[in-house]
Formats: sequence, C-alpha cells, structure tokens
Amino acid sequence: MSIKAENLTYIYGRGTAMEQYALKHVDFEIPDGQFVGLIGHTGSGKSTLIQHLNGLIKPSEGTVYYDGTDIHSEGYSLKELRSKVGLVFQYPEHQLFEVDVFSDVCYGPKNLGLGREEAKQRAREALKLVGLEERYWEQSPFELSGGQKRRVAIAGVLAMDPRVLILDEPTAGLDPKGRDEILEEIRQLHRQRNMTIILVSHSMEDMARYADRLIVMNRGEKAFDGPPKEVFEHYRELEAMGLAAPQVTYIMHELKDLGVPVDDEITTVEEARDAILKLLGGGKDD
Amino acid sequence: MGIIKASRLIYDYIRRDEEENIEEVDRAIDNLDVDIAKGSFVAVLGHNGSGKSTFAKHINGILTPTEGTVWVSGMDTSDETAVWEIRRKAGMVFQNPDNQIIGNVVEEDVGFGPENIGVPTEDIWRRVDESLEAVGMTAYRYKSPNKLSGGQKQRVAIAGVMAMRPECIVLDEPTAMLDPNGRKEVIRTVRELNQKEGITVILITHYMEEVIHADRVIVMDDGKLVMDGTPREIFSRVDELKGYRLDVPQVTELAYELKKAGVKIPDGILSQEELMDCLLPVFEERFPGQIRR
Amino acid sequence: MIRDITLGQYYPVDSVLHRMDPRTKLFGTMVFIISLFLADSIGAYVIATAFLAAAIKMSRVPFSFMVRGLKAIVFLLLISVSFNLFLTDGQVLIKLGFLRITREGLRMSCFMGLRLIYLVIGSSIMTLTTTPNQLTDGLEKSLGFLKKVKVPVHEISMMMSIALRFIPILVEETDKIMKAQMARGADFESGNLIQKAKSMIPLLVPLFISAFRRATDLAMAMEARCYRGGEGRTKMKPLRYNRRDYMAYIIYGIYLAAIIGVKTVR
Repeated sequence: MSIKAENLTYIYGRGTAMEQYALKHVDFEIPDGQFVGLIGHTGSGKSTLIQHLNGLIKPSEGTVYYDGTDIHSEGYSLKELRSKVGLVFQYPEHQLFEVDVFSDVCYGPKNLGLGREEAKQRAREALKLVGLEERYWEQSPFELSGGQKRRVAIAGVLAMDPRVLILDEPTAGLDPKGRDEILEEIRQLHRQRNMTIILVSHSMEDMARYADRLIVMNRGEKAFDGPPKEVFEHYRELEAMGLAAPQVTYIMHELKDLGVPVDDEITTVEEARDAILKLLGGGKDD
Repeated sequence: MGIIKASRLIYDYIRRDEEENIEEVDRAIDNLDVDIAKGSFVAVLGHNGSGKSTFAKHINGILTPTEGTVWVSGMDTSDETAVWEIRRKAGMVFQNPDNQIIGNVVEEDVGFGPENIGVPTEDIWRRVDESLEAVGMTAYRYKSPNKLSGGQKQRVAIAGVMAMRPECIVLDEPTAMLDPNGRKEVIRTVRELNQKEGITVILITHYMEEVIHADRVIVMDDGKLVMDGTPREIFSRVDELKGYRLDVPQVTELAYELKKAGVKIPDGILSQEELMDCLLPVFEERFPGQIRR
Repeated sequence: MIRDITLGQYYPVDSVLHRMDPRTKLFGTMVFIISLFLADSIGAYVIATAFLAAAIKMSRVPFSFMVRGLKAIVFLLLISVSFNLFLTDGQVLIKLGFLRITREGLRMSCFMGLRLIYLVIGSSIMTLTTTPNQLTDGLEKSLGFLKKVKVPVHEISMMMSIALRFIPILVEETDKIMKAQMARGADFESGNLIQKAKSMIPLLVPLFISAFRRATDLAMAMEARCYRGGEGRTKMKPLRYNRRDYMAYIIYGIYLAAIIGVKTVR
C-alpha cells in the first residue's frame, strides 16, 4: 500500500508566456505506515505536490502510483482513491457547511455511496478519533471554537476511512494549546491505526518531534529526503532555501565546532538536555 | 498616566435569543488594570479566548467597556465624540492580511486612511511615500495587493496605519496566518517603527519568539492579567507559562531544563548567544584546554 | 472561459487614452454607443470605423487583445446576425428551402453584426485603458448630481471598488473549497440538473460564510481606519480635466455632428 511519485512534473500556464514549473521531476516512494514531514517555504511546490497524491491535479508529466497502479490509468476510480488517500487542506474548517457537526462528518461517507447506518457509524468513529466530545455533535459547526472546528473538519476526512492522511499545515493559526492537541491526535492515528501520515508544516521543532522522514521541497524540486536528523545536518543549505533547523540543532553544532565532544545530530530539547548532562555528568559532582 | 491606560476594565460578550432576552453572558475581560508607557513595545500573550484580542479592540474604540474605563492619549474611549481621534491615534492591524486591504493598488490602500480623515491631496502623497518607505514597500507601490505575499500584505496594512500618523499601533495577531519568513518580516518592521519612529507598539501574539525583543510582556488568561514583566522575567518562569498553555522557545526551555538539573545558568535565557555564553565556561571547566573560543 | 472576457480588464501601458480622465472616457464611450444606434448607412459606419480605429491606435493596446473579448459574444453575434439575415422581408436574393435571404436582410445583418462588434470593442477600449479604481472614481464624480436625489453614489462606487478587489480572492477560494469537497468524495460534474444543483450546496454555503466573514472583517478594518462614508473625505487622486480632455470633448462633438449629418442628408 505505498504511494509512489515518478518523475512528477507540473507546469502552470503551459504554452503561454507565463509558463512556470510548479513541480520538476519529483521522485519518491512512501511505504505504508510512515510519518513523513513535508517542508518547503511558500511557493516551493508542496501544496501542488500533495494535491497530485490524491488525484486533484493531473501531472503534466510523470506518474503517481497508489499501491502499484497508475492513478490516472483508464478505469481507475479517483473517488475511491480519495477515500484511501485523505487530504486535509489548510484551514479545513472553511469547508464545513452542514447544519450540525454530525451531518457534516457524514458527508464524505455518503459520497462514497455508503448506507445511512454505515455512514453514521463512520462519523461516530471519526469524531471519537479526533476527541470531540459527544455534546458538541448536534451543534452547529459554526458555534464551535477554532480548534474544535478544525477537528470536525479533520473528522470529515477521517470518516472516509483513509489509509493515508495528508495534512496541509493543520496547526496554522491555532494557539500552542490547540496546536499540541491536533499534533497529538495525528500521532495517535499514526501509532494506533498505523495510518500513513504526510504532514506539511513550517515548524521544524514539530517536524523533529513527530516525523520519521522529511522531504524538503525547493523551487518545485525535491531538495532533501531522509530522517530528520540527517536532513537538519544540512541546516546551512536549508537556510539558503528560506528554511531553518530547530534552534537546539544550531546550539549543538556550535558547541561541537568549538570543540565540545557532543553529538550534533540532535533536534529536540530533551535530547539536547540529556546529551549535555551526560557530558557534564562527571564534572558536576565536585 | 501612559499613552494607554485601562482601569478596572470589564467586558462581557452578551448573547441574546430571538426575543432579545439575555441568553448567555461571557466575561472576556475581567477587571483588567494596565498602564502602557509612551514609546514602549509591549507584547500581550495568551491562548485563544484569554481576552487579549478583546482588549486590543478596546484600544481602538471598536469595543467599549461594559464596566471600567480605557484612556487613549488621555481620551476616554467611551466618549463617542472622541472616537475618530482615538482611532487616528491608535491604529490597528488585524490577523487576516486579505481582509483589511481596501485598495486595488498598494499606494491607494495606504492613502485610504488619510483620505478618510480629510488630509489635503499633496499631504496624502507625502504621507503615502513616507509610510511605504518606513515599511520598505516602496518598490511595490503600483502592485495589486493580490500579487503580494502574506508578509508583504501585512506590511502594506502597517503602512496604511502609519499614514494616519498614529502615536500607537495595536497589532492583533498579525503573524498568525503567515509563514516563518513572513513572520520575521513583519516583526522586523514593527521593531523598526518602534525604535526609529518612536511609535508605541502593542503586539498581540501567541508566538513566543516574537516577544523576546519587547520591553514588556503581559500574559493574559481567562480575561485577567496573570503575568507582567520584562521578557527575561517572564521567560524565567517556564513552568508557570506552561501552566497557561503557552510555549517557550527551545533555547529558553533547554536552559531552564539544564538549570533544573543543576547546571550553573542564570534565569530567563532568551537567545542562542546568551546560552552559549553561559555554557562555554561550564564546558571549559569540564574539558580544560579542549574548548577553542 | 472566464479568462476570455477582456471586458473589465486593465492593460497597463502608457498612452494618451490611459492618461485621459476617466469621465472623458466614460462620456466618449457613451457618445460612441449612441452613434452606433443612430448609424444606419454605409457612410455613418465609415465615420464610426474611423473613430474606433483612431481610438484603438491611440490606446496602444494590441488589437488582438481586444478581439479576444469578442469570443464571449460569438454566440449572441451569430443569433442576432442570422435572425436579421433570414427574417427580414424584402427583395429576395437567394432561396434555400424555406430560408430566404433578402437584400434588406443582408444589409441589416451586416449593420447588426458591426454594431455588436463595435459596441464590445468600444467599451473594452475604455476598460482596457482605465483601472477599475479610476473607473469607479469617474462614475462617482460623473453621477455626483444624483446625490441630490438621495442616490448613495459614493457608497455604490465604494462597493464596486471593494467588489473588484475581492473577486479574485473569492475565485481562488471557490477553487479551494471545491477541491476540499472533492477530497471528501464530492462530484460536481455528473448527475442530472437537480443532482448537480444539490451538489453545489457544499460549495456555496462555505463560500457565502467566507464572504460574510470577510465582509465583517473588512468593515471593522475600514472603521478602524476612520472610514465614515463620503462626507469630509479628501482624494489622493482627485480627478482633473486636462487639455487632452477638452480636446476629446471637441472631437466627440464633431463626431456626433458628422454621424447625425450623414443621417439627415440622406
């Protein structure tokens, strides 16, 4: 059950004077159950890329394979693909439209042609997954708080029962509390349901904490692809792309450059604390 | 009294049903006392629903107190005759960059405010030129706002406020919808205005990195003022901040954790350089002769 | 489809027409439209063609760009031309089954076709050389006399100008919501008319909500910047007539006189 992109190229305004590459020969394969972080500054092509993965945009060149099949081959059902590869857009709460939360979450399953009862069952599960308490289910989605609305919208996609969940900056505009809650729920989905997660985010700190693998996009091309620790090693190149590494990575690098025998492949506060304390361990007692 | 002063400010959001009966009263600000000095850079922190945006809207006279008083430059915001003068003196920048730009061309948008207060034509042009220069957007003056990045749009919005020649700018989460580069761009612009033009800045945010350079940080929770001090004082109370569901920058957190574990580091580390300056002597002691400064 | 409509699109070059006062251009367009309805002879059309050609030349907008605007009215053009061609009584030239083409029909349909084409090109010259803002400013000022009869001219022109600013934003938003619903399995294409209309609800409701939210935000932002209607407002770019505008008005006069002259002489 993998997603594979082969030589993926997308050109805006083809054949006109404004011709512009949004994606340029992008290759990757994402196996089942991976937590992938997708980074790149605004306009790097990451939004275009994720829309290719569930068939909302057709590539100018190249192919997207889901589970080994070309998704644009004849007779392939894009509707079914979209139920397998769920895509949560930025500010997904802007797509809510129903009179109550529960009906809104039912919209996806109903579109898949599921029966009433099954759709309801799916909606119940999805709402539980995002941790929205039952007392809100009959309310209008527009009366909820920002963080709650967003969870309803994510539930709307989860109710399609996807194997892969793509989220475009799911924490944008939320406060730290709302942000942590959403990210924890995504981590739960990944761990408990073994869902493949593709997370687009600007927060390198979050990426370091949650992702198994990072794909870095720059000017429509794949710039780096690997575990976060490896990718953040290239912090100087990342800066040139308008990105950065987590703050602690800089500190550890600087320490190492100054001769402190410390591991510089460190990306989280906990790791940094433990590494520094270990080094100082002997000297602290005297 | 500073340029802005709130005394026993209370604000209730009142929800009414169809027959105009009060259905629900939600106290957004609960007995707030604040005094903000002219020329200072004050950051207001708090999670969503802490009352910080409601407070911001009081400074510009968009909302008026349920109880208590807010003064801007000595004018009571409840005084209806003073409202336009208050809005001129205390400009406001909002969260969504798209929903506050009125003009179809950058320079025309910047001129919108001065037009409204009846500034003569030649003066408008001078003000527009100066404001665009102050936020570094002169090169984009003939562009359509739709062609700009989020950070640039916010700078245009700031220029629009500057063209009113305000004494104070209130920014209500101006960076919440921007990417990291846009965020830096906006904060840099605001700091410059504060330092070079002496504008009083009130920055409402929940990004902790943005408050490091403020003169003063105020933390709000549940409509009340719960912390008030310099960034260093505030950031030395990491556990308390976390209690209010706020984050601290990684450097501050790392310093705090190390200190807790017994490493000799002062309170409230704000930047990478500060942390390095504290850590190096410790490592020099531990690995004599190995550290190259 | 939307992209083909050149009406209402500004073409940024510098020309005499671009620098002209929008009121002059508005008035000129009106004069031209009136002249087209007056013209009913070859002579009149020759004069109108010369007038239009001169305007095209002076605008420095590529002719091909203006012609593109015609695509949007091809259908209308075909219908009106064929109606005139086949349904006018008179001296029969060609007979194709039940269809007859008469001399008068041929003449009428030619004039009708030209009239429509000139109408579109004429008004697109105005929009191509005038920014939307200038256009609303021009309308506000030219229709200023209506204020006396309590028509909110300033408010209407402010609304137009805001609408122009938000159209591209809402178009983008529509695309986004459409894609978001498609990601939830929505299908906007198949099904009969009723099903199609029903499938638009998940698109239209969020769109309206978003438009209202933007409107509330914008109203607040405008108030925060001391907007309180047209009273006591000054202008950053006030409209002023120049020599070229007075010249233009003289030319309009001569042109209209010529058209009417041709009409009465005959």
